[in-house]
Parts: sequence; structure tokens; C-alpha cells
Amino acid sequence: MSDIATTHATKGTIGENASRPDGGPKVRGEFAFSGDLWADGMLWGRTLRSPHPAARIIAIDIAAALRIPGVHAVVTAADLPASVNYGLEWRDQPVFATDVVRYVGEPVAAVAADHPEAARQACEAIDVQYEPQVPLLDPAEAAAAPPIHPDGNVFRQLTIRTGDPSARGPIVVEGAYEVGMQDQAFMGPEAGLAIPADDGGIDLIVSTQWLHNDRLQVAECLGLAPEKVRLSLGGVGGAFGAREDVSLQIHACLLAQRTARPIKIVYSREESFLGHVHRHPARIWMRHSAEADGRLVSFEARILLDGGAYRSSSYHVVANATCFSAGPYKVENALAEGIGVRTNNPPCGAMRGFGAVQVCFAHEAQMDKLAEACGVDPVEIRLRNALATGDRLLTGQVIEGTLPVARVIREAAALPLPPSPEIADPMTRPGGAGRTADAAHVRRGIGFAVGFKNLMYAEGYMDGSAARCRLSDGLATVTCAAAEVGQGFVTLAQQIARTVLGVEDVLLAPADTSIGSAGSSSASRQTWMSGGAVEKACQAVRAALLQHVADRHGIDPAQLTITDGRVTSTDARDSIDLAVADAAPGVVFEEEVEYHHRITHPLDDDGQGDAHVSLVCAAHRAVVDVDPDLGLIRVVQVATAQDVGRALNPLQVLGQIEGGIAQGLGLATMEELTLRNGRILNPSFTDYLIPTALDMPEVLATLVEEPEPGAPFGAKGVGEPPTISSTPAIVAALRAATGKALNRVPVRPQDIALGDGE
Amino acid sequence: MKVAMTINGTSQQHEIEPRVLLVQFIREVAGLTGTNVGCDTTSCGTCTVLLDGESVKSCTILAVQADGAQITTIEGLAEPGTLHPMQEAFRENHALQCGFCTPGMVLAAVSLLQENAHPSEQEVRSALEGNLCRCTGYHNIVKAILAAADAAEVPA
Repeated sequence: MSDIATTHATKGTIGENASRPDGGPKVRGEFAFSGDLWADGMLWGRTLRSPHPAARIIAIDIAAALRIPGVHAVVTAADLPASVNYGLEWRDQPVFATDVVRYVGEPVAAVAADHPEAARQACEAIDVQYEPQVPLLDPAEAAAAPPIHPDGNVFRQLTIRTGDPSARGPIVVEGAYEVGMQDQAFMGPEAGLAIPADDGGIDLIVSTQWLHNDRLQVAECLGLAPEKVRLSLGGVGGAFGAREDVSLQIHACLLAQRTARPIKIVYSREESFLGHVHRHPARIWMRHSAEADGRLVSFEARILLDGGAYRSSSYHVVANATCFSAGPYKVENALAEGIGVRTNNPPCGAMRGFGAVQVCFAHEAQMDKLAEACGVDPVEIRLRNALATGDRLLTGQVIEGTLPVARVIREAAALPLPPSPEIADPMTRPGGAGRTADAAHVRRGIGFAVGFKNLMYAEGYMDGSAARCRLSDGLATVTCAAAEVGQGFVTLAQQIARTVLGVEDVLLAPADTSIGSAGSSSASRQTWMSGGAVEKACQAVRAALLQHVADRHGIDPAQLTITDGRVTSTDARDSIDLAVADAAPGVVFEEEVEYHHRITHPLDDDGQGDAHVSLVCAAHRAVVDVDPDLGLIRVVQVATAQDVGRALNPLQVLGQIEGGIAQGLGLATMEELTLRNGRILNPSFTDYLIPTALDMPEVLATLVEEPEPGAPFGAKGVGEPPTISSTPAIVAALRAATGKALNRVPVRPQDIALGDGE
Repeated sequence: MKVAMTINGTSQQHEIEPRVLLVQFIREVAGLTGTNVGCDTTSCGTCTVLLDGESVKSCTILAVQADGAQITTIEGLAEPGTLHPMQEAFRENHALQCGFCTPGMVLAAVSLLQENAHPSEQEVRSALEGNLCRCTGYHNIVKAILAAADAAEVPA
């Protein structure tokens, strides 16, 4: 537990709306994104990708490509000096396809040329002879189909059984739900620069979520010792899960090794859509039974996730989807079966919410059905079933930390509603600038939803983060490899250092592999894990500073404290009162630490176990206006209350909430990668639509602060909850306005105008 | 072919291929990387610059079409070491996270206030329709622009 009080005389400590240290460079255009990198003598890399979802490769002829002026190298799988496979958690994905291709977009070869145009021509000149096969595209057929990969077609099958499977309450509701394939659609496409080093190693500057995991995969494939592969973080233009898997890293490093020249690769937007994983599309069936008053008696679920061609993080997405399939509700009797399968569709993996998003859409639709069947208000039925500290999850785990489900429900429901439909300004009607909706036909709906998930990795994963703190004459320098992807970790690292050390000048060293791993910027974990590491390193330096001062004054260091930026003694007779900057002139204090969270355990054959470190919840209430004839919608307001533990920087928390709601709105109403025969039909921002400034509703937010025991400063990660229950709240509002079933997201205009009623 | 334009007050004359886009000219020929490329299809607005004072998406026009023009990129918006009021408002209002859309957003906003010094919130949102942001949900961006407009109302 953190026992440091905020030192108010020191500006920019925890709890304040401290400014981002990268805010100035970012508004001035001086912040170097990974696509801005340049090196003398560099070549441009480009990737040739499969046009087929399933095909045998008969032959690859690179001779014509090599003859193109300016082309320096063409590499295929045959050129890999060591491992030919990579993968985030399991090495099942070829760096370049060898005998078969398994999805449209799979890399087959890469070229290096002195101009991007020469590289493009070279890719076109590579002659790959394919023998197309019948692709496996329906995830429902995958488990029983002939394997399309030596590792088989099932990434994971997880069954959670608890209580009495035959228990039934008098009220039964069931439904089938579907979630389309969402893309993270960060703004800055993948980019990196690989530079061959004199020692035979490689320096790679890249936008990623996890430097050390990338390093390991690059080293394995290049046959280098990990320490010979040095990564540093290039400016990251958003991530949301899509940069957790390796994209261009190995290709760029292999080309750099081969040509002995720096290699720059920048993806186009189309290649970005092909080159990273997406959110798993899901088909979900659920059946709930309850007492007449709405209290849950039993829960059953079958969850099918399409993982696409390679495993990525599918194994753990299945776990999250299944573990959290009932939502944040008490239910003693449950049977939940989750399966993630391999198909010839594009690979899927991490995206903000990680499995919890898909099941939340289903369980919240079910809770509304149950409310209606019981004649209970949707908010009330959720309150009656809300999980709380001391209750058990489906997995049998007792909730030991904070989980204020009832409170987030009450707080969200208590936020003011918007004024009645504004008909004066046609721009605010559904359809907006199209001015097509007839004001008299506009119907309003209100919907409510609650979601939860875990923080950090689960099931016994030994997670850690390393940080170093250096203090000299009042200047603190913090080093940590945590990837700043836009979320604002850099701000928190400074705030934590200021709080512990009582200094305002905190420099952040670049994030690179010169220090130990900080783990991934995912699973809402960096505030806790790397925040914890930074706090621990700063605490160690603080102790060393106080020891130094105590030794000089011949007193017990336990009598010393840092308050308001000054070292003072709790014993007034000592009369010690020194500014931290003057407390040890010329002395350098430096400490490096590793931080770990408490140990978790695997799930057993019944899906039971203490698998999760901590849980977080949020509730969303959405208000929509709909033109049912045209299927046009406008989300008017989203009100939310979120369990944050403690808000270390309330302004940044609100930024996460508003941004997360935008992505939840996207999944509810517009965002889907549409596939035909395994090919993405809309890999561009003209066809894959994300919300604009005009689509965003008013957002009202309440931060529920119940400090989490064991978490640094009591703070929980805040990135994912806004994206989990915002989608089902919006769809519930659409159902309320239209009476349509709307069992699939994204909801399309035709689903409203022509779809079936409930 | 030869193209000459002024970027951030500096004359840029270069021999280029006709197919070079203005954004490529800015980033790769003039070496100003504050102007970002997010989509290649004129959808995202991260490449927005001011051409003779008006905001344009620099991936949409050829460099030769900007021959003779005055271009302002994010680097040229304020004197070195200072911030333009719009840049200051974005920084102050936490109107950015990853920052990739920020240069285009700031320039689109500057262009808006030149046309409409006191826009309503709805007008700000309409003006930003061609600039995508994936991190913020736009609210702080809108707030920043309204704050910059308000600040400009106060006589110096």
C-alpha cells in the first residue's frame, strides 16, 4: 500500500490534472512519430502479401524483382536465418508464408529498395504461383473441419461449471447475438526504422505496445542474442491492442541484416488494416433463468470467437470472454463454454476490452429481456444482481478488492437526462447534415448497460515491470520501458515521482530495451504495473536520500520525511528543514527495481480458480434519437459512472472515458470490417467508418473512487471499461426507440428500417 | 518539373516528379514531418495544412498545384519557442492523446476561426468533420477550439 500523502506544495503530483510532458512537442508538430524517422543511406522496405485466403505456394520467382533498378534485396522465408515462425504468445505464424498461405494479407516476401516506388514495383514483379484451396471461413465449422494448420483449428476451448447445472428459475430468457469484426483504427499507421549495428546486432525504432516481446521475436527469427536486438519506442500514433503483435518488425530487421543498410517501413492505411489483428467477431448464445423478482438462478452461455488464421492472443481472449460472460452479476449455477477457432479469415487478437466487449453486448441484452419478463425496471434488475466485494465470480474466485457495481449503476442512472428531442436545429436530428429525418417521426430511446473485466494478465502469468529512478540535486530522472501509446502514462510517471520525491523536475528517459521489460501497454495494466514500478523505484531513492541526510545529522532516518518538497524531521528538536534539491548536494541516488502483482493461478478443468488480479466495472446510460423509417440514428447522450479506484489525473481519466465511448459507439453503429471470401472489402477510412466530431454524443461522467487495496495509490486502470458497456447501452436505447430485436452489432440502418421486431 | 512555393516563410524550389503529392513534398522534400499521413484517401485530415491561408488536405493535391502558394504547416504556426493560441488551447485542454491528428486538427481549427471568429459548438463540430481522432472522443478538441475563440475575443 502506498502511504505517501500528496505533497501539495509540489505541483503536478497525483490527483492533479497535470499536463502531458509530450503535449508541447505534439501541438508544435515536433513529436517524432515512428513514420517520421530518417537515416542516412536508408532503404525503403515493402511487404508482398497473399491475395488468397487459402492456397498452396507452388513457386516463388524473385528474379524479375531483383532486376528492377534500385532494388537491393528480396527476402522470403528461405532467407530467415533461424526461426521461421513468430507469434505474441505462441509461435504459430510464419514470418513469410512457406508452403501455404492462410489469409488474405499474409506476408509472402519483402523487398528493400532505394525508393518506395521501386519497392512497390519490385513487389509486383515477384512471381508467386498459387494453387488456391477451398478456404475455411465459417468459424462454426472450424472445430470439426480438417486442420488448416499443424497446431489444429481450436485455439482454446474453455468450460466454466459452477453450482447445480439443472437449477432453473421460473423466468427464462434466451437469445443469440453476433458481434462484427471491429478494427482498432489508430491514426498513425505502422512504421519503423531498423538500423544494422557494427556489433552484428540491430537497432530498431518502432511504434509498439511491448518493446521486449517484439525484441524476443525478432531475435529468435534473426538468430541473434536478445541483447543484440535493441528496440526503442518510436512515437506511437495510438494502439488500442493492434500494436501488441509484431507487424513489420522482423521484416525490417531481416532486410537491414541482409542489406547492411537502414530499412524504413511505413504501412499505408490499407496495409495497416491487413497488417494487424482485429477484434474477434463473435457468435454468442445465452440463457438466463431467474426468480420472479429477477434474481438470477442460472446462466448458460456458448461463445464462439473467430480467431482467424493465427493464434495471437486468442487463447486469452477466450478466457476473458468466458470468465466475464455473465457480466458483473451474482449467479450460483452456471455453465459457460467458450471456444476460439482458427479459420482462413484475418487474424484477430487484442482490442480494448479484450473479450469482455463481445459478451457484454450479449449479457446486457439478456438482462433487458429478463427485466421485461419480470416486469422490473432495467436499472433495478441490475442492482438486484450486482456483484460486490466478497461475492464469487463464475470461476469461484472470491472478489477481494473493490468492485462497486451497485454504486456505478446508481451513479450513472442518477446523471441528468438531456432535454427532450431538439427539433429546432435539423443538424442535431438523426441524419445530421443530410437533413433527411422528419422531426415528427423521430423517436427517442434510453438504454442502460453495465460491464466489467479484469486488470492485468491472468491465469498465473508472472507479470512484472522494471523502472529506474535517479535523483540528483532535485532533478529526478525516471526510466521505464512502458510504451506511451497516447494513454498518458508519461504524465502519471512524472506525477508519481513528484509525489514520492517532492520534486517538480522529473525527466523521463526514452523507453527502450536498455532496462528490463515493462510488459505491454494493454489490459489496462500500465498505471498499476509500471506506475507501481516507478513508485517503488522512487521510494527506494527516497529512502536512500533520507538515509544520507540522517547519517549526516546522526539521527534515525525513520524520523525524516519529505513534505511539501522539503526534508523535515518529525522530531522538532532536530531542526532539519531542507529543500529536497539542497538535501544532498552533488550526491546521485539511483535505484532500479522490479514490480510484481500478487500471484494468480490457472483455471482447472471446471474453469475454477483464482485467476484474476483485480476487477474493474462501469455503467453506461445512452440516449438516442432514431428515424425508424430511414434507419437513421443519433446518439444524443452517454452518461457513465466508472470504477477508477483513485483518479491519479482526472482530466486524463475523462479523456480515456470519452475516447473509449467513441469506440463503443463505433462498434454499436458503424464499425465493421466486412469480409467476402476472407478478403476485407473496406480497408480504408472511406469505407471503414469511425465516429467523427459530429457523431459524438454529450458525455456525462462520474468517477467512482474506492481505492483498490494492493494497487499503487489505490488506482485502477481506466482504459478499457468505457469501451465495454457503452456499446450495449446504445443498442439498448435503439431497441427502446424502435422495438427491433437488434441482436447484432454494428446496427445498420436497414436493421432498424427493415429488421425484425422483438 | 520545377516547383516553387513558400513553406512557413521559407522559399522551397525543387525539381520534382509531377506525381509528387503536396504532403510528400512537405515531408520528404522540405523535411517537415509535423504534417502526418493517416489514410491516403483524404478521409482522416491528419495531413491538413494551410494553403494561402485556407485549410487543405495535403494528400489530396499535387505539389505542382501548390506552385507559387504560401503554405503554413504546424511547424510554422508560431515563432520558435512560442505557441499559437490554438496550440496553447489544445495543450491546456488535454485535447490530444497520441497526438497524430493534432497538427491537422490545430490547422483546421485555425482556418475555421479565420472564417468564423465565434463559432457555435455545432459549427466547430461541422468544421472538424473531415478530421478524424481515435483517442479523445473529440470533446476536448471542441473545448480547446471554443476556448481559443473566447480568448481571442478579449482585447489585447
